[in-house]
Amino acid sequence: MRPFEQIVADYGPMVLRVCRAVVGPDEAEDAWSETFLAALKAYPRLDEGANVEAWLVTIAHRKAIDATRAAARRPVAAGPLPERAASAGRPEDWDGDLWAALAALPAKQRAAVAYHYLAGLPYAQIAAITGGSTDAARRAAADGIKTLRATYLARTREGEGR
Amino acid sequence: MMATMEPEARDLLSPLLVPDEQAAARLHAWLAAAAAAEGILDVAYRTIDTPLGALLLAATEQGLVRVAYPNQGHDAALAQLAELVSPRILNAPARLDGVARQLDEYFAHQRRAFDVPLDLRLSRGFRHRVLTHLRQIPYGATESYAQVAAATGHPRAVRAAGTACATNPVPIVVPCHRVVRSDGSPGGYAGGPGAKRSLLTLEAA
Repeated sequence: MRPFEQIVADYGPMVLRVCRAVVGPDEAEDAWSETFLAALKAYPRLDEGANVEAWLVTIAHRKAIDATRAAARRPVAAGPLPERAASAGRPEDWDGDLWAALAALPAKQRAAVAYHYLAGLPYAQIAAITGGSTDAARRAAADGIKTLRATYLARTREGEGR
Repeated sequence: MMATMEPEARDLLSPLLVPDEQAAARLHAWLAAAAAAEGILDVAYRTIDTPLGALLLAATEQGLVRVAYPNQGHDAALAQLAELVSPRILNAPARLDGVARQLDEYFAHQRRAFDVPLDLRLSRGFRHRVLTHLRQIPYGATESYAQVAAATGHPRAVRAAGTACATNPVPIVVPCHRVVRSDGSPGGYAGGPGAKRSLLTLEAA
């Protein structure tokens, strides 16, 4: 079994991207931390041949659901959040327009997009994590990308035109 | 599988694909501290620079469990710890601060004995008894392999005493470098013969 340090080095960045896409910039690092602490705890019992990406994303998925439920229980902040400046797709500003567009997706679509395009999981694996059929997972990812294309790309192009 | 990502989806999500080294370092440090606090950091390790090259230091909750020279392969040493102790291993320097400082002092001629808890679980039976004896050889002194064998009550086990020294999991801190051949020549060493000569020279100064 590989030292867990290797797991953090090999998959930590992927899990952070997934957490950022699924729960957003403010909750992402908490979700990552809880995911890796739970993974470290369970690691000695993981099967030698297990798919580590799928295992970590499964844990992250549960942590994201917990985080969403906790957020729902928290009192709503007074007033609307300040609007972020349009980022025109600059990578350092990913948490502006891209997160706004991801946050607007239904949770299943956001998860399917993140698990397929950021974690590289096949749709059958995603279906096992989120529930539902493989076809439903494929459709959720396709619909999510389609909506992102319309909302996020339109917004950044608008930003460039300004 | 990332390679099969449709180019347009990759473009859409490209802001998320930018590496974030700062976040990675911050999260790693948090994980190491939280794991130690929860008692699930079975092996913590770090490396230190010394005149003999980078040394890997690893400790369990009981104490120092491994010191590895560059020529022994740090990755191989970590793989062995994962196999024989636990795969819950993180690069987490805090647990090694004490031994790292004492090794710095040793190489600077400011320390003659190490005062750190040891976990000698990687050496069992006769080898363990040999290591226990080695800790009693004082700084600057040497013994022959035959003397070590005799001191552990097995005067004919000279070769086994040599093997026990060669497989010492915590060299320098348990001073197997102070065991030399009966003719006075240094003999073999985990860190290579040059490292052994350097340590004997250091302690003779």
